Amino acid sequence: MAAKTYQEVMERRNQIMKEAVGIDYDRFRRNELVFDYEKMMSEVGYQLDEIREIQGQTGVGKTPLLELKNLTAIARKLAPAGKGARIFIKDEAANPSGSFKARRASVSVYHAKKQGYSGVVAATSGNYGAAVASQAVMRGLDTIIVQEVYDSQGKGQPEILEKGRKCEAYGAEVLQLTVGPELFYTFLKVLEDTGFFNASLYTPFGIAGIETLGFEIISQLRKEEGQDPAAVVCTNAGGGNLTGTARGINKAGADETVVVGASVDLSGLHMASDRDFNRKSFTTGHTGFGIPFATWPDRADVPLNAARALRYMDRYVTVKQGEVFYITEALAQLEGLERGPAGNTSLAAAVVLAQELDRDEIIVVQETEYTGAGKHPLPQLNFARENGVEIRRGDPEEEVPGENIIIPEEPGQIRARDLDLKRIRISYLNKALENSGLKELGREEVSFLAAEINQPVEKTRELLEENLEVEIKL
Amino acid sequence: MAEKIPAGSWVQIHDIELSAEERAPQVPEDTARVPLEKWVKGFLQKAEEPGEEVEIETVIGNKYRGKLVDADPSYGHSFGKAVPELLQVGRELKEMLRQEGGE
Repeated sequence: MAAKTYQEVMERRNQIMKEAVGIDYDRFRRNELVFDYEKMMSEVGYQLDEIREIQGQTGVGKTPLLELKNLTAIARKLAPAGKGARIFIKDEAANPSGSFKARRASVSVYHAKKQGYSGVVAATSGNYGAAVASQAVMRGLDTIIVQEVYDSQGKGQPEILEKGRKCEAYGAEVLQLTVGPELFYTFLKVLEDTGFFNASLYTPFGIAGIETLGFEIISQLRKEEGQDPAAVVCTNAGGGNLTGTARGINKAGADETVVVGASVDLSGLHMASDRDFNRKSFTTGHTGFGIPFATWPDRADVPLNAARALRYMDRYVTVKQGEVFYITEALAQLEGLERGPAGNTSLAAAVVLAQELDRDEIIVVQETEYTGAGKHPLPQLNFARENGVEIRRGDPEEEVPGENIIIPEEPGQIRARDLDLKRIRISYLNKALENSGLKELGREEVSFLAAEINQPVEKTRELLEENLEVEIKL
Repeated sequence: MAEKIPAGSWVQIHDIELSAEERAPQVPEDTARVPLEKWVKGFLQKAEEPGEEVEIETVIGNKYRGKLVDADPSYGHSFGKAVPELLQVGRELKEMLRQEGGE
């Protein structure tokens, strides 16, 4: 029996991972810094046509793309003359487990079955758990979900309690933990003990599964409206949603479409803090994941993360918790769609961004998610109030995460606040160099970094020279 | 003396995954003061009283040991009370749509 202390298990992480994912990531590494991302995606992942076939077998995808006429009308009332793009939403709640995560799980679970694993494990407090469990039922595999649910008082976040319930509804075993990054330790022990497949959110399988989402948006719009969207807004947390969607958009050849990331602003709250845990009213789609994962993707539960949002993000905005709850209410009351709330982060941003675009343009919100007890503005706001967070109407600009949630008094108060992508890119470059230990970069290294931050090589070189202590020899 | 919970009952057990001293070095100070705790649900293998160390078998057949903390685990999350701050949102937006101009 292998030793089980925290350090001992963590020291075996690479071996455990290799067996549980079946990918030799070293194959794609060129040196301490550079790896061949596209080779990893194409050799390990599946091609788009195969994925459509795999997803078709389990009822995943081909979700409706709905026009939000009333929210568009609201945006037009707020916009300057001639502005106010049509807002469409991809109703991903129509997937078998109620979110786009079914796409992400579908390929992993298919692959696990094909490779002969008897079950799958995922470390997730989000919709992904239910997605894995649902897909596993369809493929005849067992599921274990490891969740971060409670603070040290045993108080559970209502949204996560609901997600746990949904996993159990699909016959999954759910391990519920208190707050802390050592969830990864428990996860590794489970993988080692069971020999199950690691259905990580961050493998090429997971990300390739989302490509169909971007591809469908473009195909549907071309067919129904005869045009490509000016912008697609993606709720951004770990980066996979945005990465997969953008890759799908690129594969459909929609080169002019701008990809925007949107996260709920939870600045100031520490994600691993026992105290802060129940002072946030969003458990995903927030800056607490979005920014750390953008600036350093390889913090994930696999050695090389296939979700690399900075490669695809043209713009990154934040919205406030109160704004997302407001827009969730608006979606139900004006459009007859009760969805979210976390998935509506990108919708809150889109209502603002539509006001910058021309009336004949289209902006797409690329997901919805199911809603239910616990996972809804009412329980979230009640829970916040019970935890000492003030709820009031007012100007959301005054919202301070963990202290208050401010529901706008009118839709003109919703804002999409641009994050400084240059700073985020520099932060990424800094972490990449720090982790590699390299002090001298050649052409290959700079080209790799340029792709990583979605900038031309010359621009990347400038950013490196101006901000970091490194020697460049092109 | 508490009554024994019958074998085969659906129960929840609790276990300390890592004591406060065993936690990862990078956790923030408030988290470092408390243990990492774990809860699992399953079928009780042998009749036992609440609070006792027991073994369960999960829905997929795995065995776990821990303290029997809930002899009838249920879902307590709900929609809860109406939230006054949200109640007017729909009415206000519909009124805005009815108003002339701005389009």
